[in-house]
Amino acid sequence: MSRDAGAAVRVARLARLARRNPTAVVGAVVIGLTVFIAVTAPLLTRYNPVSQIAQPLLAPGGPYPVGTDELGRDELSRLIFGTRVSLYVGGLAVVIALVFGASSGIAAGFYGGWLDNATMRVMDVLFSMPALVLAITLTSVLGPSLTNAMIAIGIVYAPTFARIARGPTLAVIGLPYIEAARAIGASNAIIIVRHVLPNVSAPLLVQTTVSLSTAILTEAALSFLGLGTQPPTASWGLMLSTARQYMLLDPWIAVLPGVAIAVTVLGFNLLGDGLRDVLDPRIRTM
Amino acid sequence: MAAALLGVSILIFGLVRLLPGTIVDILAGTEGRLGPEQRAAVLHSFGLDRPLPVQYGLWLWNLVHGNLGWSFRTQQPVGELIAARLPITIELAVLTIAVVAAVGIPLGILASVTPSVRVKALAQIVGLLGLSVPNFWTAVMLILVASYAFHWLPALIFTPPWVSPWTNAQQMLLPVTSLALGLAAVVVRMTRSSMLEVLGQEYVKVARAKGLRGGTVLLRHALRNALIPIITVLGLQTGFLLGGVVITEQIFGLPGLGWMLLNGVYQRDYPVVQGTVMLFAVTFAAVNLAVDLLYTSLDPRIRYE
Repeated sequence: MSRDAGAAVRVARLARLARRNPTAVVGAVVIGLTVFIAVTAPLLTRYNPVSQIAQPLLAPGGPYPVGTDELGRDELSRLIFGTRVSLYVGGLAVVIALVFGASSGIAAGFYGGWLDNATMRVMDVLFSMPALVLAITLTSVLGPSLTNAMIAIGIVYAPTFARIARGPTLAVIGLPYIEAARAIGASNAIIIVRHVLPNVSAPLLVQTTVSLSTAILTEAALSFLGLGTQPPTASWGLMLSTARQYMLLDPWIAVLPGVAIAVTVLGFNLLGDGLRDVLDPRIRTM
Repeated sequence: MAAALLGVSILIFGLVRLLPGTIVDILAGTEGRLGPEQRAAVLHSFGLDRPLPVQYGLWLWNLVHGNLGWSFRTQQPVGELIAARLPITIELAVLTIAVVAAVGIPLGILASVTPSVRVKALAQIVGLLGLSVPNFWTAVMLILVASYAFHWLPALIFTPPWVSPWTNAQQMLLPVTSLALGLAAVVVRMTRSSMLEVLGQEYVKVARAKGLRGGTVLLRHALRNALIPIITVLGLQTGFLLGGVVITEQIFGLPGLGWMLLNGVYQRDYPVVQGTVMLFAVTFAAVNLAVDLLYTSLDPRIRYE
């Protein structure tokens, strides 16, 4: 088959998947838009998100489409730049969880023995704490900041990835083709990368998408509590938190950050649901 | 489970010892002002000059004997502080779980038996919204709507139910609603898919064929078997619930355990943080154990050695 025909087949397959999973497409579109907004934030905004440029708590309209916040900063610019913080912190936190969790899960399953035991016991300990309570404890020890919130969320979600990676690894290493690979002299590293990784990548991809939604929620919650992103940086959770004192004067500043969080998280949940249906037909969601 | 909780105790103990600066400086609020001899004396009086394993052993010994240490700020025993705040958190959590089960399970059953495509789509959308809308935003919105549209807010100072059930019910209304909405959506989703799976089984057909009434088939034959995944989800949601309690108590000014944990964090009152976090972990573990035990009564085929 020529290269073009191969590409055409792939496009056709993708189109078929998209038709069967309209929710996943909606999710992908929402995420695409969010990423676009985050990347082009300076071009989309007319004002600096942290400079006081007008009267505080202006109602929507005129030069400030959704008004100004309690310090006279343009609310729309802050919402747009807040997208960056959400995706940056949520994204990197999930990368930390994925790299740390998946590699220890694969190592535990692959090498077995005491390493498996020790790794999974540590993960059990992290698992036996409610996620947000663990994240709050970690940020209180590390000190409240954007970076520390990211590290804390990464640690909190790592055990999920470890468990998800360990199962398929255990299932694969007993199979004849792994033995065959070993027989022709493949090193452990090569076996893991070439033969184990492809088997764990599908569930890990689904978990990554779902974790992005919870990581973004957790970042917003930590910032809401004053333990995440610090002022004056625009973060949705923090904006919502300060808006509480002024929302009777200007309800918009309390409504919009929550809508932004919900839409972004919904995008990842929709995509995660759709991916699960495609990649793991055994666990169908409704 | 005991091993995991022991691990949690080591983790909590270790985390607090990793803190930048020593506890003495935080305690005395005198960073860099104490002389070396005074420092040593203070460290000694708190047992902080002993080797770490000894300190941990002592802490754990006291912990299992119900002594959680003393608050850095108020010098009161942490156990007493927790005992005073626990009823509020228990009330909030139990009411929430009750509302979630009472609303989520019937709606899920309804969504599983309806032939309507619209209801199916609605159930999916509601379920996803419940997962996506942050509960602290729901809480803020409830306050906004109550005060902006209805010019109503419950009394600010928390009133226990045995002092005034009516005032207490008013104060619990918004927090419970904000916590329950998201969780109920998840339960609707789970109930529906679990019921659909069971309703396709042969024994449900048999029950119908032998002429049992629809309601009996649905509740006695289908729901009972569908309950296991639902209970599992409810158990797992306890983790979210306990996290949600922390934020909710903060927003509504309910002086419960979550409120105590956050104030401990803000004031760097580490015995308070250690005690409350440990209690949260124990509760979470206990709920999951209870869920495991419930399986055996729901399905006698499940036995634990």
